[in-house]
Amino acid sequence: MKPIDPIRVQKIIDSFLHKEVYIHLETTTGAYTSHHNQNSMTIVAFVRNAKITFSQGKIKGTGPYRVGLKTEEGWVYAEGLTDYTVDEQNRLLMAGHDRDGKLAIALQISETPFS
Amino acid sequence: MEERLLVILPHPDDESFGAAGLIALKRKANVPVTYACCTLGEMGRSMGKPLIANRETLKDIRKKELEQVAKILNINDLRMLGYRDKTLEFEDEEKLADHFEQIIREVKPTLLVTFYPGYAVHPDHNACGEAVIRAVKRLKREERPTVYCIAFSNDRFEHIGEPDVEIDISEVADIKIQALKAHRSQTYSIVEKIEEGGKDLPQFQQFFHKETFWIYPFDDEK
Repeated sequence: MKPIDPIRVQKIIDSFLHKEVYIHLETTTGAYTSHHNQNSMTIVAFVRNAKITFSQGKIKGTGPYRVGLKTEEGWVYAEGLTDYTVDEQNRLLMAGHDRDGKLAIALQISETPFS
Repeated sequence: MEERLLVILPHPDDESFGAAGLIALKRKANVPVTYACCTLGEMGRSMGKPLIANRETLKDIRKKELEQVAKILNINDLRMLGYRDKTLEFEDEEKLADHFEQIIREVKPTLLVTFYPGYAVHPDHNACGEAVIRAVKRLKREERPTVYCIAFSNDRFEHIGEPDVEIDISEVADIKIQALKAHRSQTYSIVEKIEEGGKDLPQFQQFFHKETFWIYPFDDEK
């Protein structure tokens, strides 16, 4: 992955417009957060292979970035994205990593299901 | 009876943190070791510094690391069971126990290592331990291996007391360090600390000098 170039990422997001796509959306504090600090909560959520179509998609902010996808009946939203790549299967993988390289959020878009 | 060790844990690297010393000692004594690793840790959070993995490539990276560690620990029989990281507790408990039971009946271990259900922090750890115990309970008493459980929840001593077994692993500490290092995608920050301060830092005493286990108390054996 490399640091997000918002102009480049916007073009890639646009390439998925009006198509049926699969998304992976995830956020995590790490499974051991409350074990290491009892005042913190462990929070993890992921949705893998939700099928959506979006009529508008934007990347906003000055970094870390936000991405919002307007779907037929709702929204997909992610904040805190720092890095991206397009892999060999033409999937757009975006993620937010902290200073130690730990993933805190991920939003991924693909025309085929994630394995 | 011929000694055999079976290790059933959910994530690549669980074995290196919790039982690498025991495994290495058993292999030195020529005891066969089977390691059944339930998932590939594909939902891990650490992606490397600099980033070497992403959510989609992490699975293959961790699989290769696990295979490398099996070589370092000289594990004879490595099995990757194909479950998905973070989802073990949502599988059908009986089916998961069926899978473990089949492996236990085939391997016929005299000693089995898993997590202590309820005292192993991560939901996958607890679910794995719970299903292993469920599977062992199905065996006749005389067929059951001794079960060494790994526990590290903050409330463990309060509920299950002091560990029953403390193993001095000093003579294989270097193998344990190598194994931890080989899980590079997940352990780089810990390895950094080890290399800065050496393995004698107080927080690493436990890691490189001893491993502790609780022997699971089956109700019907009391």
